[in-house]
Amino acid sequence: MPERKLIMITGRSICQGTGISNGKDLEEYVSATMTLELNPLDLERFGLQEGASVRVKTVFGEATVICRSEKLPEGLAFMAFGPTVNRLVGGETYASGMPDTKGFEIELEQLD
Amino acid sequence: MYQVENAICAFCGCVCDDIIVTVEDDRITQARNACLIGKAWFLGHGQPQDLPVVRIGGQAASLEDGIDEAARLLVQARYPIIYGLSSTSCEAQRQAVALADMLRANIDCCTSVCHGPSGMALQGIGEPTCTLGEVKNRADLIVYWGSNPAESHPRHMTRYAVTAKGMFIPNGRKGRTIVLVDVRPTPSSRAADILITPRPGKDFELLWALRGLVMGQKIEASALEGSGVSLEQLSDLAGRMKACRFGVLFIGQGLTQTRGKHMNTAAAFLLVRDINRFTKFALIPMRGHGNVTGVDSVMAWQTGYPFGINFGLGYPRFNPGEFTMVDMLSRGEADVALVVASDPVASLPGVARKRLEEIPIIALDTHESETSRMAYISFTTATAGINVDGTVYRMDNIPLHMRKILPSTFPSDQEVLSRILTRVQEFKQ
Repeated sequence: MPERKLIMITGRSICQGTGISNGKDLEEYVSATMTLELNPLDLERFGLQEGASVRVKTVFGEATVICRSEKLPEGLAFMAFGPTVNRLVGGETYASGMPDTKGFEIELEQLD
Repeated sequence: MYQVENAICAFCGCVCDDIIVTVEDDRITQARNACLIGKAWFLGHGQPQDLPVVRIGGQAASLEDGIDEAARLLVQARYPIIYGLSSTSCEAQRQAVALADMLRANIDCCTSVCHGPSGMALQGIGEPTCTLGEVKNRADLIVYWGSNPAESHPRHMTRYAVTAKGMFIPNGRKGRTIVLVDVRPTPSSRAADILITPRPGKDFELLWALRGLVMGQKIEASALEGSGVSLEQLSDLAGRMKACRFGVLFIGQGLTQTRGKHMNTAAAFLLVRDINRFTKFALIPMRGHGNVTGVDSVMAWQTGYPFGINFGLGYPRFNPGEFTMVDMLSRGEADVALVVASDPVASLPGVARKRLEEIPIIALDTHESETSRMAYISFTTATAGINVDGTVYRMDNIPLHMRKILPSTFPSDQEVLSRILTRVQEFKQ
């Protein structure tokens, strides 16, 4: 079993931005915010295919997402801001008001 | 069919004011000059909404009943919180602050989960700023740090900072050097002359080392070990920053939402302060949603503080980590939430969402959202900048006047909030 821990970065994307106005219930927004982008080597290392469903876990929660290969540094994962990735984020803000929404550790678990 | 010229897009902090909007059959059908996100904003909000003006407990109700019930809930609450306010006008934001003051409530805005750490840094250090007009006309060095403007602010690079031709930058793109500092390649990378890719969580160390290099101090290469950036790269950047005629550092959520938060932003502000010993340099946070810059200004001119404010003792107190939305909800605090023009149920961490599931929510929104669906009282309101006039602030703190484009059958956020305020005053007498 390979090391399945990665560092998660969140941020905006065009489809996440347009989806906010077009409708958060629509496929455009749901898909944009449920996609986990990974380096192709990480996908291969974890035995995952593009489009595969995978469970992402942190100490705060878990979510099921769809994998996509992207030009990212190895060991880094990216998801667009949205309700899915927020399930993985904790409430601690270290007296800043801002939770750690970038740079937190995630673990991948392949779904059968 | 009619057209409205120079309409303002209030989706992101660029607040583009050159949009040509076409209205046909009481719908917005075109938004020329707008980016993809701006087009979606105009077209998405420029359609008739088939929603009741008020729902109480899921049932349609009158505006009067909604205002009455909302005021009653707020007056009876022991620790109400007012939150959101980013996608509405400054006129509505003023009413929300007045309401918080009257209720001795807590008030926080989306800034706390966006550029709150930038607000903390500028409160402590001061803000070496400029307008986007100055950026367009004068800036020959642009540094984006932790920002992906091609996707978050799609016209930022073309209107102001990269390809725009200005008075003293007549050749546009050829007259500027663009540096992008980000942990991952993004669509913005293509616009950069120099790409710097640090490891996640190393921003503070790099900014601090950059300060040292700018001030001529000796930095050992070993100090940057594990940062993903070499001493040569950082020295080159320090040299360019000192040698430019007018530089601007745009900081994104890559600094505010990652480890270090307000220490990262403070390091960035201090760096820019240092560079001003050698040349002209400014810093502008890449403010995101709608009028989030405006709500900081409104709160600051009314209370002295930009977000995370508590009126419990009868006067405003500012304490991020205590009076900010995520912290209060995560601790199980707040017994009523008044949410204006925001969707915290979807946009905050799961633990905060859990508390929102336990308490009554009063929501004002132009569309259905997870928050409005979960709300005990839900008001459907008109969109500021499309259905009602109002003031919006650009990311550089320039206020612009939004004009009404389309009529709406729904009340504005300002009207609903001012009527709740009046009713609260009556209950309290």
